[in-house]
Amino acid sequence: MRLLNASGCLDALVAPDVARQLDGFVTKTITPLPREGNAPPRIAETAHGMLNAIGLANPGRERFLDDTLPRLRELALPLWISVGGFCAADYAETCAALDDVAAIELNLSCPNVDEAADGAAEIVAACRAMTAIPLYAKLSAAHPDVAAVATAVADAGADGLSLVNTLRGCALDPRTLQPLLARTTGGLSGPSLKPIALATVHACYAATQLPVVGMGGVTTGQDVLELVACGARDVALGTILFSDPDAPSRVRAELAEAAARVGVAGPDDVHAVAHDPDRTPPRERSVTA
Amino acid sequence: MPRRERRSVVAVEAVGPYVLVRLERGGLDPGTPGQFFMLEAPGRLLPRALSLCLAPPGELAFLLDVVGPGTAALAALEPGDAIHVFGPLGNGFQLAVERPLLVGGGIGMAPLPYLAEALPGAPVVLGFRSERHAEAAALLPGAEVVVEPTFVTEVIDTARDVLACGPEPMLHAVAELCPDAQLAWEAPMACGYGACYGCAVEIDGELKRLCVEGPVLAA
Repeated sequence: MRLLNASGCLDALVAPDVARQLDGFVTKTITPLPREGNAPPRIAETAHGMLNAIGLANPGRERFLDDTLPRLRELALPLWISVGGFCAADYAETCAALDDVAAIELNLSCPNVDEAADGAAEIVAACRAMTAIPLYAKLSAAHPDVAAVATAVADAGADGLSLVNTLRGCALDPRTLQPLLARTTGGLSGPSLKPIALATVHACYAATQLPVVGMGGVTTGQDVLELVACGARDVALGTILFSDPDAPSRVRAELAEAAARVGVAGPDDVHAVAHDPDRTPPRERSVTA
Repeated sequence: MPRRERRSVVAVEAVGPYVLVRLERGGLDPGTPGQFFMLEAPGRLLPRALSLCLAPPGELAFLLDVVGPGTAALAALEPGDAIHVFGPLGNGFQLAVERPLLVGGGIGMAPLPYLAEALPGAPVVLGFRSERHAEAAALLPGAEVVVEPTFVTEVIDTARDVLACGPEPMLHAVAELCPDAQLAWEAPMACGYGACYGCAVEIDGELKRLCVEGPVLAA
């Protein structure tokens, strides 16, 4: 199991010491043209999470390839490039321009920009035709049948899935009763997302058996273990990085303890056990027996 | 270098309507005046960004205005409680100025006591919305204090090198009067270290992260 950051939750060039605690760095989503992002305010805290409406702020493909990517390579970390766009060709052209990176994550589910007109499977197929780099499709749990989308992107050539993106939410100023975010809504992340992430990983793994990067509300090592038990091969940290830049090291230490508590050597030993009652970890099995 | 440590609360004191939270310093570097720290707000998901107000021996002290659940949680701390503190972060004031004048508005006076220590003898002008708020001027003995309807912009010597912190309208007004001023801005921040892109403000015609480029910017 590899521990990554969720796209848009870390700038490895500004905080290399945080990035080096991870097994790979996932970039903020790159679009063909530069994007300033949405007007502020862009973030708001909620009871058990936060909203963001950053709006895919990024330097654009050209500047990313010429300036950002060479500097990221100096970190000597496996790089996952998050790719976004507004039609299949946008995604495919960026994929074609990339080489020598660990993986490409296709952001098919940003809640803060208008959605791509093309369907997820069409975008994946267009990208597959342009690159042999592993392609991970990042999907939203907001889709009424996300497992069907997962199956469609698997059939279109995706090598893996990134689950889940944020979910659209809104928060009001308690005094003015106006939205706290300039864009009215933003993507909900943090602990309130964890049950949704578990459900989505479980459903999409069951439907596809594809490698899954699980994410959504991971705060502790136990959260990582549970996502792996639902079917995640790798796990990404998102909002927790904002409040705790030491989270990768802490979570890793907690994960070792959490694995020991259920009587296994590490998270890989519980991969997808939540799909099979006969695979309950040894510690619990002996207690039940 | 910024560090993140769990530090104990020494005291929480009222300063007029504001609250001064004094923490054990531990191994944390107080940094340059105008830099800030992310303080864990107990029970809240995200820490809160506060500029350092005072750095007495062995302590770091932060002045805050209770405006929401995060600052309320910080104001409710008691001696002996411990919270995570991460910093110092961002870019502080440039101290190599010839004729400094410190200007603060409301809770924007927070970084000025520590700044005044670094610029001994520099005059200070503070503006507040009420006499009650103006009680906080006790943290800066000798400051010239104005209360609304008088604004700080009516009394500042524009020939001086202004270092200012306060509400946005005040900072814009100061920038008009003093194009070379150094201004400390505020924006909602989730992380304080460039990760979340939440604190974007318009800098040189572009939206940039205040925590990386600022919070102290040239006018």
